[in-house]
Amino acid sequence: MSDEYTENKIEAKSADSSSGGYAPPADHIPAKESPDQELYHAKSFWTKWVFCQDAKVIGVQYALTATAIGMIGLILSWGMRLQLGFPETFSFLGPATYYQSVTMHGMIMVIYLLTALFLGGFGNYLIPLMVGARDMVFPYVNMVSYWMFLVAVLVLIASFFVPGGPTGAGWTLYPPQAILPGTPGSGMGIVLMLISLSLFVIGFTMGGLNYVITVLQARTRGMTLMRMPLTIWGIFTATVLALLAFPALFVACIMMTLDNLIGTSFFMPEIFTMGEKLETGGGSPILFQHLFWFFGHPEVYIVALPAFGIVSDVISVHARKNIFGYRMMVWAIVIIGALSFIVWAHHMYVSGMNPWFGFFFATTTLIIAVPTAIKVYNWVLTLWRGNIHLTIPMLFSLGFIVTFVNGGITGLFLGNVIIDVPLSDTYFVVAHFHMVMGIAPLMVVFAAIYHWYPLITGRHLNQTLGKIHFWITFVGAYAIYFPMHYLGFIGVPRRYYEMYDSPYMTSGVGLNQFITVAALIVGFTQFLFLYNIFTSWYKGEKSERNPWKANSLEWHTPDYPPTHGNFGKELPVVYRWPYDFSVPGSDKEFIPQHVAPSEVPTAKVEQT
Amino acid sequence: MSQFDIEKLPKGPKGFMYDWGSDQRAFKGVPWGKAMMWIFLLSDTFIFSCFLISLMTARASTVVPWPYASEVFGLTVFGTSVPLLLIAIMTFVLITSSGTMAIAVKYGYEKNRKLCGWFLLATAIGGLTFVGMQAFEWSKLIFHDGVRPWGNPFGAEQFGAFFFMITGFHGTHVSIGVIFLFIFSRKVFRGDFETGRRGYFTSMKSDYEAIEILGLYWHFVDLVWVFIFAFFYLW
Repeated sequence: MSDEYTENKIEAKSADSSSGGYAPPADHIPAKESPDQELYHAKSFWTKWVFCQDAKVIGVQYALTATAIGMIGLILSWGMRLQLGFPETFSFLGPATYYQSVTMHGMIMVIYLLTALFLGGFGNYLIPLMVGARDMVFPYVNMVSYWMFLVAVLVLIASFFVPGGPTGAGWTLYPPQAILPGTPGSGMGIVLMLISLSLFVIGFTMGGLNYVITVLQARTRGMTLMRMPLTIWGIFTATVLALLAFPALFVACIMMTLDNLIGTSFFMPEIFTMGEKLETGGGSPILFQHLFWFFGHPEVYIVALPAFGIVSDVISVHARKNIFGYRMMVWAIVIIGALSFIVWAHHMYVSGMNPWFGFFFATTTLIIAVPTAIKVYNWVLTLWRGNIHLTIPMLFSLGFIVTFVNGGITGLFLGNVIIDVPLSDTYFVVAHFHMVMGIAPLMVVFAAIYHWYPLITGRHLNQTLGKIHFWITFVGAYAIYFPMHYLGFIGVPRRYYEMYDSPYMTSGVGLNQFITVAALIVGFTQFLFLYNIFTSWYKGEKSERNPWKANSLEWHTPDYPPTHGNFGKELPVVYRWPYDFSVPGSDKEFIPQHVAPSEVPTAKVEQT
Repeated sequence: MSQFDIEKLPKGPKGFMYDWGSDQRAFKGVPWGKAMMWIFLLSDTFIFSCFLISLMTARASTVVPWPYASEVFGLTVFGTSVPLLLIAIMTFVLITSSGTMAIAVKYGYEKNRKLCGWFLLATAIGGLTFVGMQAFEWSKLIFHDGVRPWGNPFGAEQFGAFFFMITGFHGTHVSIGVIFLFIFSRKVFRGDFETGRRGYFTSMKSDYEAIEILGLYWHFVDLVWVFIFAFFYLW
C-alpha cells in the first residue's frame, strides 16, 4: 500500500501472531465455519428465468426493469425541456402535464432507476460473486424482492392511466398541496404513487436484508471485511442506510395515504379553499418534510456510495494500480453513511423550521465534505503515475470524478444557510443535484456496465458506439447543466411551467433553448447505448476470460460467464485484497485474490 | 486443517475486534436467519420510532387539548370506572405470551417436540387473545365513544388518527406473528425439523433455530407494545 516494502514481512508478522493483531501465517486460512449453502436447482424455464432464485438472474431482471422505467423518466424530461425551451410551440404540454412530468421524472430517476439499479441490479449480481458466496443467503426472499419491485413499478405506471393522471406535486410530494384539488393527480395519482413507494420499500427490505447478511455472514474463507472490493463496501453501506432510511419514507407514505383516503389530519393544517374552511386541521406539514428528508438525504448516499465503490474498483483495474488508501476509502464510506443521517434538514432551510436548526445542519453538512474530499484525492492519487488504459469504463470513471467534484463544490454553496436562502428553488439547485446525484452516479452506472458486461454476457459492448456514447453524454451533460448554474444565479426559479416575460429571461431564453437541444441529443444517445446493449448480447465481440485482468473473484469463476452456484465444486479461498496490480518483484502483472502467497514468493507485497 | 471452534475465539473487546477483522462471518456462530431477523427488527424499530416521534410532534404542536387517556380507555366494571383496565389485561396477556414463547424456544433447542409445539400454540392463542381484545377496544371506541380517525369528542383530532394507525400497525404485526406461530406449531407437531421436510415455498430444510428466530420477532412485537403503552396510554 505504500512505497516501502519490507522484505519477508509476511513471515515476520506470522511469528508474533499471539500478541496484538491477528496475523495468520502465510498460506494459512482459518477453517470453514459454516456448511456449504444448499441451493435451489431450477428445472423448468419458468423457475430458471422468470421466477428465478439465482441472484445473477435477479440482478439482471432488476437492472432491465429499472432501465425500462428509467427510459420513461428520460422521455418525461424531454417533455419538460421542450416546454421550457420553446414554450409557445408545444401546445400539447399543458401546465398539468408539465408538473406531472417533473414529478414522475424525479421519482423514477432517484428511486426506481438509480436505487434499484445500484442495489437491486449490481448488488444482486456482484455481492455473491465478489465475496465468494454461491448465492444470496435467502434466494427465495430475494426473488420475492424483485417481484415486489416489479409490482411497485407497475403501480407507478398505472398512475399514468387513472383519472387525473399521475401526481404533479413535485418529487418531494409535500402535503398539503400534494393531496388538495388544484394539484394535478391529487386524486388517484398521488395514492398510487404512495402505494407504489410503500411496495418498493417492502420489496427493497427483502432484498436489502439479503445483501447485508450475505456480506456479513456468507463470505468465503479468507475474505475478511478489509479484503472486500470497495464495490461491495459501497453497496453494503448503502444497503444499511436504505434499511434505516426507508422506514421514514414508509411511515410518511402511510400517513399521507390516510390523510388522502380517510380524512385524517397528520399533515393537514387549517386550510381555507374557495372561501371555505376544510374539515381537516391541526396537522403539521413540516412533520412530513422531516420524515421525507430523513429518508431523502440518506437516499442521496444510497445512490452515491455504490457509485463511489464501483468507481474505485474500475479506476484501480484500468489504471493497473492499487487503490490509494484502501482503508481510508472504507472508513470514508462508513463515515459518509453515518453522517448522512444527521444532515437531512439542510433541505428545509426555507421551510419555516426553527432557524437555529440551520446552524447545526449546515455544520454537519459541510463536515461531509471531509470524507468525500478524501475519496476524491484518493481516486486522483490512484491515477497518479498509474498505467492508465483509456478504456470506456475508465473514460466514464474520469468523467465521474470531474462531475462529482463539480457537483460537490456547488453543494458547499447550498449547504450554507445564508447562500442557500437566495439560491433555494432556483435552477442552481437543479444543476447541483443533477450533477452530483444524477450525472455522476450515471457515469458510474455506464462505467460499470461497460466493465461488467463481458462478465454477464461473455461479449464486449461495441467500442465505437461506446466512445460516441461517452463523449456525447459527457460533453452534453455539461452543456445542459453548466448554463443552469447561471440561470440559477440570475434568479430563474425552478418548477415554473413558463417564465413568460420575466425581466431575467433576456439571456435565459436562448440558454433554455440551448439546454433543450442538448438534452434531446444526450437523451437520444442513451437509446444508442440501449441499442448497443441489446445487439452486443448476440453479436458483440467475444470476450476472453477476465478481459480487464482484474483480481476480484467474480472474474475467476470456473465457468465464464459464471453459472448457477457461481464457483463450481469448491468455493475459492482468498489470500489478499483485490488490488495487487503491478506488484514489485512479481513475475505476474496482477495477482488475483485467490492466489496463495507461496505461489508468488517473489512478490514484494504487504499482507492485506 | 484445524476445525472451527467457536469456544477458542478471543472474548471481550478483543473478541469484537477479532470477529469483525476475521473472514467468513462477522457474527460468529450466528445462523443467517437469526442475523437477518436482528437486522430486520432494527429496520422495523425505525418504523415504530417514526410513528411514535410523529405522535409526540403532533401532541406537542396541537392547539386543541389532547384527550385524557385514562378516561378514554377506562372500563366500567360493576358500576365503578377502572382506568386502563382492558389495556392492563391486554399487556399482561401479551407479556405472558412472551414468556411461553421463551419456553417454546428452550424446549425447541432441547428437541422436545411435543412441549415446544404446545408452548408455541399457547403463544399463538395469547397473541390471538390480544388481537381479539384490541378488536373489542377498537369497536368500543368507534361505536360507543364515537372516536374516528378524523375526529373525536374528547379533544385533538390527531388522537384518533394516531391511535388507530399505531395500534393498527402493531396489531398487524401481532396478527402476522400469530399466523406464523400457528404455522410453526403445526410444523413442530408434524416433526418437520426431525424429518427434514422441506418448506412449501422455499423448498429448504429448517430446524429449531427457526423457532428462536420467530421468538425474536415475537419478543420484539411485545417490546414495541411496551413503548406504545407508555407513549399512548400512560403519557
